[in-house]
Amino acid sequence: MKKIFSYPKSLKNVPTHYCPGCGHGIAHRLVAEIVDELGIREKVIAVAPVGCAVVAYDYWDFDCCEAAHGRAAAVATGIKRARPGNIVFTYQGDGDLAAIGTNETIHAANRGENISIVFINNAVYGMTGGQLAPTTLLGQKTATTPEGRKAGSEGFPLKISEMLARLPAVKYIERVSLHSPQEVIKAKKAIKQAFLNQVNNLGFSLVEVLSACPTYWDMPAKNALDWIRDVMSKEFPLGRIK
Amino acid sequence: MEERIIISGSGGQGIMLMGKILAEACLKENRQVTWMPAYGAEVRGGTAYCMVVISDEEIGSPYINEADILVSMNEPSLYKFKKRLKKEGILIVNSSLLNKLSAGRKARNAYPFSDIALGLGNIKVANMVALGAYLALTKKSALKKNILRVIEEIAPPDKKGLVEINKKALLTGAQLVSPHNARTQ
Amino acid sequence: MAKSKILMTGNEAIALGAIDAGCRFYAGYPITPQNELTAFMAKNMPKAGGVFIQAESELAAVNMVLGASAAGARAMTSSSSPGISLKQEGISYIAGCRLPAVIVNVMRGGPGLGNIMPAQSDYFQATRSGGHGDYHCLVLAPYSVQEAYDFMFKAFALADKYRNPVMILGDGMLGQMMEPLQLSDNRKTGNQKPKTKIWMLTGCRGRKPNVVKSFYLQEGDLEKFNLTLQKEYRLIRQNEQLYEGIFLKDAKIIIVAYGTMARIAKGAVKKLRKAGKKIGLIRPISLWPFPGNIFRRLAASPKRLSFLVVEMSYGQMIEDVLLSLNGKSPVEFLGRSGGGIPSEEEIINKIKILMK
Repeated sequence: MKKIFSYPKSLKNVPTHYCPGCGHGIAHRLVAEIVDELGIREKVIAVAPVGCAVVAYDYWDFDCCEAAHGRAAAVATGIKRARPGNIVFTYQGDGDLAAIGTNETIHAANRGENISIVFINNAVYGMTGGQLAPTTLLGQKTATTPEGRKAGSEGFPLKISEMLARLPAVKYIERVSLHSPQEVIKAKKAIKQAFLNQVNNLGFSLVEVLSACPTYWDMPAKNALDWIRDVMSKEFPLGRIK
Repeated sequence: MEERIIISGSGGQGIMLMGKILAEACLKENRQVTWMPAYGAEVRGGTAYCMVVISDEEIGSPYINEADILVSMNEPSLYKFKKRLKKEGILIVNSSLLNKLSAGRKARNAYPFSDIALGLGNIKVANMVALGAYLALTKKSALKKNILRVIEEIAPPDKKGLVEINKKALLTGAQLVSPHNARTQ
Repeated sequence: MAKSKILMTGNEAIALGAIDAGCRFYAGYPITPQNELTAFMAKNMPKAGGVFIQAESELAAVNMVLGASAAGARAMTSSSSPGISLKQEGISYIAGCRLPAVIVNVMRGGPGLGNIMPAQSDYFQATRSGGHGDYHCLVLAPYSVQEAYDFMFKAFALADKYRNPVMILGDGMLGQMMEPLQLSDNRKTGNQKPKTKIWMLTGCRGRKPNVVKSFYLQEGDLEKFNLTLQKEYRLIRQNEQLYEGIFLKDAKIIIVAYGTMARIAKGAVKKLRKAGKKIGLIRPISLWPFPGNIFRRLAASPKRLSFLVVEMSYGQMIEDVLLSLNGKSPVEFLGRSGGGIPSEEEIINKIKILMK
């Protein structure tokens, strides 16, 4: 009999700490499946963020490095330059990548570092308790915008992917979502492309993944998925950006 | 025997280079030497200087509060550093860029280094004329050979044409000083 | 025949020393008075088969070093005081991840933007962990261009030995000055393959995955980790105290100074000796661990001794001297900072007052 489906080798068979309905579990698994499918598990070095995915190395079964909050792209730069033969990727949330780490992100992209970035955008800070993120939507209530985000005081949702797409050294940027099985399949295809680009030495690739945070969006998991489809993806349109 | 020299002037006069060539030549004689430049914002447009200490023993501070010798290639640098020259110290000034009255007490070591350099065909070699005068005033004729070697060595391959005029400048400077003006060491 | 010496600035000597010691990864950000170091790396690191990156900030630079070190490379960064403040985040993480790395601080005046003149006012920051957490950098203070070069070999060896960041603490004067330099007989030229270290990240071929991290969330884990660090620090305190002592045997007053300040102090001591004054000098070379043993030994001797600490700060290392002597000998202080450097004459005058 032929085995057509199994638990990914690159994913440890342990329960995660993520909340019910959170997208991180799906995104972790997609990465693990892709690493297995590309046969690069023994070459991969992941850089984990500070945020809800801080202990991603407890779930992935390959080499991982911690980075301080926001510094993942700099750490990845160091690893990749020291070991160009390895496959190096960062996995970062919106606060990590697009607030405290904006500088590191932009400059790694602008240097065209041959790394892959999985950017989880859930429009809120999760680990610290649901505060305003750079990607929080206008009107969205958070712990630090109790009346909802106002453009006049907090500015607009930051479209870091569109910003990065303007840099000549950037090879590939796509925005995907995890709000339905079809979208998850598309997300996997995009993340795989980002890894393949690195395998083929094509340069900087980033996939932005719209992901649900039912806990800090204060809604049931099903509604959170619908909210991505109906509201969030209007502000952050899906598809290939570069 | 330790000698502490401040070389000063303005940016573009080759002040740093003059000190470096002197330091390199002393190294060839296996002497202890330090070279300390002015750096950062200080060298933007203002006075340029470097400090050279030559010794037969381990050198303490490379920074000079009390100089045995002060070379001033322009007037502002003379004012800036003349307070640091020891009473019995030697002052060497570039009279081409000096109001005649301001040379002060040791004006006898004032020579028109820039004019002489211009006469040789390149005003930029005024520093080597001054270095030649310094060698003669401090009776370092033995060091001359090594300075000429350093000049040859440090010239970039595309600027070898400058070696001759720099050498000539050094020798011209050395001849400016009459023997009775030279310090007995 | 003795090898010929070359004339070089302290900044360049540090960079060359690092490359000769096998460092093959450098990331830095421009700041005076250490720019010659970065420029030297830009020119020479690629020739040695290494990586040079001008980072977008000091934060990025030190975190690139963290990544390169995690991947097994001999890695370093350099900066001057304000930039070193920014690097503290990364240094704390490097210590927390137990990674070897070398950080060079060519000190300038502070606080704030301060100025670019030589200073020694970052002693506390260097020796008291600087960033958050219970950690230490090993700190070496070269006082000549030769030591600036030689100490890079020592720094990388110590960093590997203890899996801990090592800081080279110099100042603007040391960085900018040129002095004759004798190169090592053991220069590592050309490509250097990273030495195999069991913890390094290489991809998990033929072994279990490695994780480099400083995060210990489970109850008790962080305390256990900290105790491991403390054990290591005890070993370092036992084994790595370095100092130079001159004229200690019959000295009545011992001057204590490190780095550039010690050069000036040594000049003063020699002059005072010529004048028949019984003055000695202790030059701490390792600032952490502080060479406290020699102070304890001297204080235990029956003769009356006093100490004069001289710093280009308003009194930082003096605290380590006081702690080491534990009240057994009187300690005086002479210090200037923010551009002022205590001169030989000032030191001599201070000694004359003390001898009255």
